[in-house]
Parts: sequence; C-alpha cells; structure tokens
Amino acid sequence: MKLTIEQVRHVANLARLSLTPEEEQRYATQLSAVLDAVAQLQELDVSGVEPTSHATLASSLLREDVTRPSLPPEKGLANAPVKMGTSFAVPKIIE
Amino acid sequence: MALTDLSMLELAAKLAAGALSSVEATRACLARAAQVDGKVKAFLRLDEKGALAAAEASDARRKAGNPASPLDGVPIGLKDIFLTEGVETTCASRILQGFIPPYDATVVSLLKQAGLPIMGKLNMDEFAMGSSTESSAYGPTHNPWALDRTPGGSSGGSAAAVAAREVFGALGTDTGGSIRQPAALTNLVGLKPTYGRVSRYGVIAFASSLDQVGPMARTVADTAALLQLIARHDPLDSTSAPVEAPDYREDLEGGVRGLKLGVPREYFIDGMDPEVEATVREALRDYERMGATLVEVSLPHTKYALATYYLLAPAEASSNLARYDGVRYGLRAKDAKGLREMYGQTRERGFGAEVKRRIMLGTYALSAGYYDAYYLRAQKVRTLIRQDFSRAFEQVDAILSPTSPVPAFKLGEKADDLLAMYLMDVFTLPCNLAGIPGLSLPCGFTKSNLPIGLQILGKPFDEARMLRIARAFEREHDFTRRLAPV
Amino acid sequence: MPLSDFQPVIGLEVHAQQLTKSKIFCGCSTEFGAEPNRNTCPVCLGMPGVLPVLNQRVVEFAIRTGLALGCTIKKTSVWSRKNYFYPDLPKGYQITQYDQPICEWGSLTIDTPEGEKTIRIRRIHMEEDAGKSVHDASVGESLVDLNRAGVPLLEIVSEPDLRSADEAVEYLKALRDVLVYLGVNDGNMEEGSFRCDANVSVMRKGETKYGQRVELKNINSFRFIKQAIEYEIARHVEVIESGGKIDQETRLWDTQRGETRSMRSKEEAHDYRYFPEPDLPPLHIPDALIDQVAQGLPELPRPKLQRFMSQYGLPAYDAKLLCAERPLAEFFEACAQHSKDYKKLSNWFQGELARLLNESGGTVGISTLKFTPAQLGELLTAVEKGTISNNAAKDVLGEMFRTGKAPDAIIAEKGLAQVSDTGAVEAVVDEVLAKNAGEVEKYRAGKKQIFGFFVGQVMKAMKGKGNPTLVNELLKKKLGD
Repeated sequence: MKLTIEQVRHVANLARLSLTPEEEQRYATQLSAVLDAVAQLQELDVSGVEPTSHATLASSLLREDVTRPSLPPEKGLANAPVKMGTSFAVPKIIE
Repeated sequence: MALTDLSMLELAAKLAAGALSSVEATRACLARAAQVDGKVKAFLRLDEKGALAAAEASDARRKAGNPASPLDGVPIGLKDIFLTEGVETTCASRILQGFIPPYDATVVSLLKQAGLPIMGKLNMDEFAMGSSTESSAYGPTHNPWALDRTPGGSSGGSAAAVAAREVFGALGTDTGGSIRQPAALTNLVGLKPTYGRVSRYGVIAFASSLDQVGPMARTVADTAALLQLIARHDPLDSTSAPVEAPDYREDLEGGVRGLKLGVPREYFIDGMDPEVEATVREALRDYERMGATLVEVSLPHTKYALATYYLLAPAEASSNLARYDGVRYGLRAKDAKGLREMYGQTRERGFGAEVKRRIMLGTYALSAGYYDAYYLRAQKVRTLIRQDFSRAFEQVDAILSPTSPVPAFKLGEKADDLLAMYLMDVFTLPCNLAGIPGLSLPCGFTKSNLPIGLQILGKPFDEARMLRIARAFEREHDFTRRLAPV
Repeated sequence: MPLSDFQPVIGLEVHAQQLTKSKIFCGCSTEFGAEPNRNTCPVCLGMPGVLPVLNQRVVEFAIRTGLALGCTIKKTSVWSRKNYFYPDLPKGYQITQYDQPICEWGSLTIDTPEGEKTIRIRRIHMEEDAGKSVHDASVGESLVDLNRAGVPLLEIVSEPDLRSADEAVEYLKALRDVLVYLGVNDGNMEEGSFRCDANVSVMRKGETKYGQRVELKNINSFRFIKQAIEYEIARHVEVIESGGKIDQETRLWDTQRGETRSMRSKEEAHDYRYFPEPDLPPLHIPDALIDQVAQGLPELPRPKLQRFMSQYGLPAYDAKLLCAERPLAEFFEACAQHSKDYKKLSNWFQGELARLLNESGGTVGISTLKFTPAQLGELLTAVEKGTISNNAAKDVLGEMFRTGKAPDAIIAEKGLAQVSDTGAVEAVVDEVLAKNAGEVEKYRAGKKQIFGFFVGQVMKAMKGKGNPTLVNELLKKKLGD
C-alpha cells in the first residue's frame, strides 16, 4: 500500500503536525512500508471474533459524587506558556 | 565490595542494622553518578537535594525504630515518564521541556511513603517509543556493559542506571517490552506486571491499554521487594485491578520442582542470534534439571503480534499525545500566526521523528475509511493472541522464551532500519497485548560479555510464581552477581 | 413554488448539563460563575498522566432520564474518545459514548395544533463538557477557562420526527420540563446548561426521502430556536427553488443579524477518529441499580397534568400552570389535603400566591415558603365559613408569607374576623335603615340601584367586619324584597 503525499498531508493536518516537505516524502515512504507489513493481518479470518479494547479485569470503577479541592489557579497555570489573569491565552481562535 | 554494589535488600539489611545510613548510601550513589554518568548518560536530571532530604528523614525513622517499609532509605531512580511534583518531567521530549508537574504519580507517592530517596529522572525513548533510548530528545544512554552499545529501551536510562550502580533499583514502564528488553540487555531482572496490577495514574500515557509500570533491579528478591511497594489497587485508575497483592517474597525459594514450563515453538525463530538461542536453550535444560517439566506449547498467532501492536499502540498514542498542544504546559511555538499554525509548529518542533511517525501511523489507522480495516481488525487479532495464551496456560504454569532476539546492538546500528528496530520487541509485545505478566531474567552472556535475558511469561496476577521460577534459576548461577564493567 | 409545498424535517440534539456536585471524571466542583480555572485540577486540565474515574451520580441521572423517556437501558455501554483539537478541549479528545450509548429508543409526547404527537428519541448518552474560550480583542488573543471542562452532560438525540419550528420548540420545552422534574438539569438556557443543536432539512411534500440536512449549533433560547429553524427552512426552500443545492454544513445563528451563517471553513476536515476509551472499562449496569433508580422516579409533568385535571377537576389551563414546576405541584397537592374547593385553591395559587412570589423577586420560592399547606387550608376555610372576607384573607396571606404566623393568630391580632352573628348584624341594619328613612322610601318606591348604599352604610358602621352575605341577606329581608 503506497500512501500519497495528499494522504500524508491529510493525516498530518488531522494530527496538527506542520511537516516539512522532506518529512512528507519520508513519511510517505516509511508509513507505506509499515502499512505493507501490517497488511499481513488481512490474511486472518476474524469473523465472529470480538475485539479486545481493554485488557483489564477491572470494571466500572465509580466514585461518589463529592467535590474534592481543586488546584489553585496559580498552580494549574504555572506551566502555561502564555496566560492572562487566571486564563490560558492562545492565538485568536476564529480566523 | 563498594557500597553501591550491594543489592537493595542487602543495603536495607545494613540500614536496619544501623551499619550504614541512607544518607551515606545516597551520597555513594551521587558519587557513583558523578563518576560514571558522563559516560553512561542514564540521568536526565539528578535531584540531589530531594534525595538527601528523603535520606535524612529515612535515617531519622530508622533511628526511631520506625521504618516506613523494608526498603526505607534505599535510593532508587525513576524513568522520566513518572510525574514527580516539583521536579521537571519531560518524557525525554522537547515538547515537555521545563514542565514541572503539580502532582505525584501514584507509584511515586507510594515510593515516597515507603521512604525510598528518589535520585532523579532517568533517560528513555521519547514518550517511551523506541527500543534503544536513541529517540530521546536529550541523546542516547550507553550500555554499562559496552559503552558503544544501547542499553535497550524504552526504559534504557533506568536499566543503565541500575546496571551501572548509580541507583539500587528503578521503575520503568513496559508497553511492548520496554522494561524486559533493556533488563535483558543490561543483565537485570525486569518485571512487567499484569495489566492493572500497578496504577498508571501520573504515568505519562503512551498506549493506555498496553502500558504497565514495573520494577527493575539487579536481583530477583529486589524485584519482588520493589513490586511489593507498588502493587495495589488505585482508586484514581479505573483500569487498576481490585486484586489484593500477595507477599511476593514469601514463596521465593520454593523452587520449580513439579512445575510445567511451556516452550512456545513460535519463539525460536530464524534470524535469532545463535548465542542467544543457545544460551536460552541451556537455561531451559537447567530448569529441567531443577525438576520442572518442559512442555512444548503453541502460540499460533505470534507472528501477527508485531503488526497488531504497531496498529494499536500508535492509534492510542496519537490520541494520548493530542494534549501536547502548546496551550496549558510545555513548548509553544512563539512566532506562529494564528491558532492553527501554533498547533502545527508546536507539535512539529516539540516531537521527534519517531513520535511523529507513530502519531501519523496511529492517526491514519483511526481515520475515516480505515478504522475497520486497521484498528478494529487489530483489536480482533488481539483477542486471538490473548486466546493463544489462555489455551497455553491451561497446560503450563509459565512460559519461557528469549527476551530479545539479539544482545545489545551498537548505537546507531538500526537507526535507519525501522522494521528491524520494531523487531526488537517481537518476543516481548505479545505479553502486553494479552495483558499478562512478563519477566526478564539474566541467563548468561555472549562470548563478548554481553548479557542475555530469559523471558518468563505468567498467568494474570501470577507474579509471585514467576518470581519463584526466576529465583530458582538465579540460585543456581552467578549471573545476577556479575557487575557491569563501567 | 411556495413554502407550503415543502415539508420541513427537524431532529434535535440536546446537551443538558447534569446537576451533580462534582465533575464527571474528577472531584472538581461544577459550580457556575467561579473565577476562570478556579474549579480545575490535573484531571480536567488534561495534564500528562491523568486518568478519568466516573462519577456514579452521572450514571444514575442517565438511567433516570432514560427511564423517564421510556428508553431501553443498556446493560453494557462503552466510552469512546472523540478526537479533535480545540483550546477548550484539554486532552485533545472528548470522552463520550459513541456506538454503544447507555440509553436507546425512547419517546416524548408533545401537544400540537393537530393533537398529541410522539417524538421518538434515538439515544441518550453521557459525556464531558468542554471549557469556554472568549476572544479578548484588547490583546488579540483568546482566553481559555476550563471550569466547565468535565462538567457532565447528557446528550439526548431525537429522530427527525419534528415537522415545524413550533413543534421543535414544543419538544424542547417538554424535554426541559422532564429533565427539571427529574432533578437532572436546571433548565437554564442562558447559562448554557440546556443547549440545543438542530438538524434541519426540507423535502417536497409527498416525498419520502429527506433533503440534505444542515446542522444549526448552539442556540440558547426558545425564541432563537424558532427563528433559526424558520430562517433555515426558508433558506433551504429558496436555494432549492432557485435550482441550487444545500451543502452539508454546520451553521450558527447570528442573533444580531437574525440569520444563520456557515461556521466552518471548507478545508476543515471532519474526522473525529472515535475509538473505545482505553482508560475506562465498559460500563456494566446491574439490574438492581435500574430498579433502584426506577423506584425513585417522580411522576412526570404530562401524567401529572392529566391527573390534576381528573383528580381535582381543574381546567387544563390551571393544571398546566400548577404542574409547570414540581415543587409548585407538590405544594398544591399538600394544600388540597386541607382545602377541598380545588378550583378556588387553584385561583389562590395563580392570584395572590403567584403575586407574592413574584414580588419577592426570587428571594422566596415555593420550597422556602414560611407557612404550611395546612395553614393555607385554614385560611381558605375561614373565607369559606365567612370568618373573614376575601379581601381580608389577602392581607392575612401576605402576613403569613412574610412572617409565617398562623392565620388564626393574624386574624385575631388584626381583628379581621367578620361579624356573622345575626343578632349583631340585624341591630346595625335596623339602625342604618332607621337613620335613612328617606332612602328606604325611595328604595321601596322602586329605586333598587341604591341597595349598595345601604350595604355601604352597614359595612361602614361595622368597620368592614360585617359578613357581607349576612348583611345582604338581612337588608333584603328588612327592605321587604
């Protein structure tokens, strides 16, 4: 399976990665190779097999509806690259 | 014998007897790190102050006859994937450079409560994606047994620090072999517990349904003692199993007489290093001599595990790594115009090549039109792989195999060969897909003195028996007493 | 071709914030109006390493809602991640339910001019809310507040069974009433705790295949919903009539301009890459929990309304007003234990009681009244018996409302009791008639309209306390009618 540059760009856009043109080329090649390798799974008959999405024995851990102390905003925002007051600041959302 | 050459339990005995103090042990580790870490490069950062403060507090407890745990005062190290309140945690990525967590991971809290001084944060593959520590944004770690070689990965820093006696033990994480493979390559015991045995809260997620925290140490008993401190249910982790942990050291010397040990025919493959194969087969014969019965078993879907893993893990990772967006913490591309560019540039610059590759792969596998063919199918094959193990465990008590098909390879050797690198995990990752526990045990050396690991796979929550099986072999050999030459 | 040749088809997706104390996956408070990011913790900030732990109340509320709307409660439901980037979505994905929601296939009955109509409900699922971002023009940046991130939501999705904007509004009102009755939601559209997206399409009448639908997002009042849907229907018809084609897109209602406009740019790819949330095992719901929730289920607005009409003989108008809010209806029923003239009781609810509540400006609610249903009953009995006048009773109720004193005490204290003793009233009547012999003559001569004058004189002499019925009766007798 050969990934096109357009597919690579589409996926990079979904993943919010601003790839360089060289990376686009490289990933097109490398991902194609990986996809070729995983295509092996297509040879298996999986009809009637339930998917496994969880490997845990645990089920539905529930907590009571009680409040616990939050982080003070100065701690919650301590790592913020840019903040205004107690809000996180980001470049204008709607362009 | 140098202080730092002691095992964790030997040190703990001296601390308990008052023959040594935790501060002395911690200073010895600091001195050892100062001496060797320039070559090994296991540490991303040392927390000298924090470790010494914890050591002093430990000494006070010991003096008052009130130790917090059997390992109170024993200095250890943490893979940089565990959140440590107030101590920078980067997951070996540029995107988290400067990130100071506001909370401790559950396992970090448990170790602190147990009184273990935390020496610092250890190198790893970026976001645990890799098998050599070469994908770390801060440079690779070197194997204390041969400095031009990899210590394995992704918990390579943890492995190297323990093997080089910069710490007495360490915690790693294992998503597809990231504890066991580096343990094998550095002559350590490394245990990936059953999925859900140890809390993942505060552990930076790579692939949430596969990740598991585990101990790395120089002896089986140390490994058991360290596991004892962290194996418990955590109400902050919904996947944490509500299962009481047994005493892992109680039956350690019980031997293997009468046990049935499975040998999967699919785990002895072409392309395996002949010295590795010969050494592991020798170990199997040892087990027979010790009274175990070897049973050939089949895990027929083994050859699909790699493909399954390389769809599922990147898919989960692509979602887990979406939070690194430059908004709340970590790197932000400063010069970007508009939100879209800020996202794209932040992530483009913040992530390394391997991480980006897996995000791309995982995003693709989940995207519209491909989900059924890739992700869903891989989940179904995962079921088949789990069933393979369930069937095998109806016949045997544990399964033995090589941990890694090759001993430590040279740094840079596989950098350009993606699929060859992914093959490093071929024996370890089926265990993660099945959610069962796996352990790597030193079982010999190559002619050029590179360590070789034996993998022991067990039934869910059967870690105590696996440790007993490992201990039986350890008792008959001196491999775990051999020290890396660095 | 006119508008009337087209059939609008509307389906609604409601997002209702659940009235829990804490968020869905962490212990932060759900309180509205706190300083930005005051109610956040590592979990709802999406810090590295955090994991969700489900709030039990959220599951109970979902079951409660599902049962109330006649849904099937699924024994096993599954959490999924919906992946997209937005600054108010801290993890880069929303934890929601996708292909296996907790409730499926219910319905809600509404009133239309053509009579009752049942709207099918396809699914109800639980999910976490996102935070809020506001643009700050002064700095040219957007500010992100994650207090709301992780507040539990119920998403309630109808089938496209609605055929007009009015039906849509009717459905929303009925749904809101149910949720408020259940104590699951506060019904507040302005604060965004009850939000609605509408899927709108049109087809020519007689056709069975739906037209291309457009999603209208984030409409925060019933008025705007009506306007937005009507605008959109007209737009569709116009586009189709002029030979154009409706694009599948998301549009926003612009309240300023009174029009909808396209929300996302074309290059925006929609691909949420849903997959099962590995951090949360599937949710298994034991029968015992469903039974327990079912037992605690209150009577719902519609059955209650019907019962008010049959049991209390009330007109539909009265029943609707009384059943609008659960505490009001409950208070009415408590009062009805003590006062059997239900229509009169209903009048008092709609008149004086409503006025007093209104005048309190929200400081007093039906559940914080100072007087008891029994006391209101006593008051009405006093009126019925003629102990006090209707007007005096209004004053007494006002006093009860303010002080919580018993009506008897207020009547005694203020001397409001009417004189109903025949002898006493007769004496005054005689006196008044004697004093006004001339007027009596005129009356008897046929000037009947001055009857009121005699009543006035008697009441004046009795300082307003004469029982009006008795006064009237005696006057008529004495005047020879």
